[in-house]
Amino acid sequence: MKAHIYSLVGFSMLATPAAHALEYRTVLPQQSAISFETRQMGVPVAGGFKRFTTQMAFDPEKPEAASARIEIDLASIDAGSVEADDESAGKLWFNRSVYPKAVFTSSQIRALGGNRYEMRGTLTLKGKSRELIVPVSYVPGKTAATFNGTFTLKRLDFGIGEGMWADVATVANEVQVKFRIAASGK
Amino acid sequence: MTPTLRYTTPAVALHWLVALLIFVGFPLGVYMHELPLSPVKLQLYSYHKWIGITVLLLAGVRVAWRLSHRPPPLPASIAGWQRQASAAVHGLLYLLILAIPLSGWLMSSAKGFQTVWFGVLPLPDLVGKSRELGELLEEVHEWLNYTLLALVILHVAAALKHHFIERQPFLQRMGWGKQEQS
Repeated sequence: MKAHIYSLVGFSMLATPAAHALEYRTVLPQQSAISFETRQMGVPVAGGFKRFTTQMAFDPEKPEAASARIEIDLASIDAGSVEADDESAGKLWFNRSVYPKAVFTSSQIRALGGNRYEMRGTLTLKGKSRELIVPVSYVPGKTAATFNGTFTLKRLDFGIGEGMWADVATVANEVQVKFRIAASGK
Repeated sequence: MTPTLRYTTPAVALHWLVALLIFVGFPLGVYMHELPLSPVKLQLYSYHKWIGITVLLLAGVRVAWRLSHRPPPLPASIAGWQRQASAAVHGLLYLLILAIPLSGWLMSSAKGFQTVWFGVLPLPDLVGKSRELGELLEEVHEWLNYTLLALVILHVAAALKHHFIERQPFLQRMGWGKQEQS
């Protein structure tokens, strides 16, 4: 009986796929971050979101089967100052009481070679959905991999900063978004 | 040869330019601080910071100029304690036109808003973002400014007193009216 168990263990170890065939599914929130940079009167202002949840699956052997869904709690914003955090909740910005979250859902992932990928998907923000193309670089690690990317979105595409704030000479339309998602695999 | 009683032309020009910038920048700072967040507020903050950095730059030039050019002597009738007071107030004014923009620049950095001169030239953040430091520097900036206000009032009052009450050509020293020789 004992021998039988050992052989089973031995068999399952043999059957365990090699490290490069890991599929990354378990996101590590402590090691993940979403930040952004806006420009106000030509001045770069750093911000970010403290709370977001990510569901993802990524097998470097089968990148086209990968998927990601990120849900951002807009109340966790750091817009650069307490004053700006409060302002961002209002109707002209996120209208957060009606639209508390931003959701990104991937639709297609394409390998560009050399651990670089192009992820297409839809970002829904303030009731508006727009297609995004996001470059992602995959950094394999011993216990966890990280997925990094930077892209620019236009705030006015989503009606973020309406009315008096629509003037892009004061607050630029372009917002640079940076993310780092860490995930462990099996 | 009798000494001229007028500051050199560059000194006069720098004096009035800095005075003008302070007369715009100071009330702007007091006003904008009370505004609710709006694009206008962001614009005014930027203008205020551009003015401040311009003052800092001109103040640097002024100090260098002052160190290399003797100011015209005070009239012999000015009492010794007034000479000392005058030197002290002028010294403090020079110090403040350097320290006030510098404290504003540091405050901006500490609050996480870099200073980009005229929206074009980014100045380095000399301190990192820190809420406590930002609030402390805000107090320092405000306190230095009210000290400046008090000294400017004294400075203007003394000049006017010497000019109009003692009938000394004091305003001419700073280029007002036609130049007089003693």
